[in-house]
Amino acid sequence: MKKSNGSAEYRLRLYVAGQTPRSISAFTNLKKICNEHLKGRYQLEIVDLLQKPQLARGDQILAIPTLVRRLPEPVKKIIGDLSNTERVLVGLDLRPAR
Amino acid sequence: MTGAARGPQGRQFAKTPTGIRGLDEITRGGLPTGRPTLVCGGPGSGKTLLALTFLVNGVVQFGEPGVLLTFEENGDEIANDVASLGFNLPELIGSGKLAVDYVHLERSEIQETGEYDLEGLFVRLNYAIQSTGAKRVVLDTIESLFAGLSNDGLLRAELRRLFRWLKDKGVTAVVTGERGDGLLTRQGLEEYVSDAVILLDHRVHDQVSTRRLRVVKYRGSFHGTNEYPFLISSDGITVLPVSSLALQHDAPMDRVSTGISDLDEMLSGKGYYRGSTILVSGTAGTGKTSLAAHFLDAACRRGERCLCFLFEESPKQLLRNMRSIGIDLERWVEKGLLKFHADRPSRYGLETHLVTMHKVVADFAPTVTILDPVTNLLTVGTYSDVQAMLTRMIDYLKTENITALLTSLTPGQTDIERTETTISSLMDTWLLLANEEVGGTHRRGLYVLKSRGMAHSNEVREFALTDRGLQLLDTSGATGEASAVRGISTERMHAS
Repeated sequence: MKKSNGSAEYRLRLYVAGQTPRSISAFTNLKKICNEHLKGRYQLEIVDLLQKPQLARGDQILAIPTLVRRLPEPVKKIIGDLSNTERVLVGLDLRPAR
Repeated sequence: MTGAARGPQGRQFAKTPTGIRGLDEITRGGLPTGRPTLVCGGPGSGKTLLALTFLVNGVVQFGEPGVLLTFEENGDEIANDVASLGFNLPELIGSGKLAVDYVHLERSEIQETGEYDLEGLFVRLNYAIQSTGAKRVVLDTIESLFAGLSNDGLLRAELRRLFRWLKDKGVTAVVTGERGDGLLTRQGLEEYVSDAVILLDHRVHDQVSTRRLRVVKYRGSFHGTNEYPFLISSDGITVLPVSSLALQHDAPMDRVSTGISDLDEMLSGKGYYRGSTILVSGTAGTGKTSLAAHFLDAACRRGERCLCFLFEESPKQLLRNMRSIGIDLERWVEKGLLKFHADRPSRYGLETHLVTMHKVVADFAPTVTILDPVTNLLTVGTYSDVQAMLTRMIDYLKTENITALLTSLTPGQTDIERTETTISSLMDTWLLLANEEVGGTHRRGLYVLKSRGMAHSNEVREFALTDRGLQLLDTSGATGEASAVRGISTERMHAS
């Protein structure tokens, strides 16, 4: 599952471990947020750690699901099923923290 | 490599040796195989070091690959920390038998939204275990997670799951935890890791530090319950298991020369018993060290290995002084038969001295050991502490059949000192040296106060320190003055 957009302003990576309900819900929530707030400005990559366990180390993944904003810097991490849109937007710096 | 031990219910428990000298004796074989052990203690108590030693020994000594999940220091820092102990982590990692994963959480860059679990941690651990074939796992210090994540309830549930998972994996794990207020660990990890708990302690008393280790809990196994002093030295951790004190050592019948034939003569013609303990006491300058030097010289001539603990002089001073009375010990040092270990008593506490001495003796494997003078240890402990320490040391030396000669400095021309009466019961042979001024000249006297298991002389003999060593003066040619020495000394020496 990859959406390539070479000049994307936002580069996101969602780490999951298998197709768990929580992972699926995180993915669904994320898609919705991206469509509403980042349309055409993002690139999303899904990493399933059950298939690529060696990738967990590089991004310091502990919690699942974890969304990593790799660009723009600084790197941000949002953990959980992304059900709280407000906090996801704050985490992505799309909305100032209150 | 696992050893088995029988639990109280008669079940067999496999044990995994740590390879740490002393710890495997206290735990009767090592840590519980396939189960996690909690190692807790305050900052700087040696938790990480103990855990790493367990891991590295696994790879190097027991052919068991290992995984280190470190939460506090990154791989380079850890490698540097243990390089001084002779562990080459990069090399072990390169060989594929050790994996180090640094788990780092930066709370400021993490936003929590909705439900999550710590599957990522499991994935990483599992990956490391599989890629190395690990049998041993160290988590150091997993409690750091509590600083990185806000959901304590979830963390606890996940830790519980983690420890169960480790058991399912069948790996022998060491989990370190920081000592908490009123708890063994800050986050109460002991609740989750309940198979075995080891507590490390680092106390400083009168500016002297002592490290201690205690096995708080070891489910299903007997273990020593005392506090055991331990040492962190250039070659790792040594724990001192208190010897049995069961008085079970052999009583060898063979004898060793004192190095002075006239003194051998006084000890029923043959000298000391091998494996016995000899106390030589006297005031300053009476020739205690010279007497010890003769003994060393004689043992080295027989090709035996000798170890000499110095608590006052430096080896160079001693070598020079002995050369002046015609005893050349330097050649034995060069031949590797004689080794000196000089330590200022105030350098560390008695227990640390004890562990150090244990270790030096075990490493050098001598047949003769000198402690010169033991009374200097009183600067770092009380009479009863010193006695307890010497009891343990002597017990160990006897178990190893090592002949030990201890010198004791008597402060003044007074009665036999308390130290001596307290430690004398541990001694098989007790020699007293005295200086007397008779008719304007110094006379030296020597007396065998006791010597178990032999008919010894009861005479006070006058002796001289000549350029050919310590020489007893002829009794038959004893003048009135010599008799005077005998008279005065006997009076004083009969305090026993």
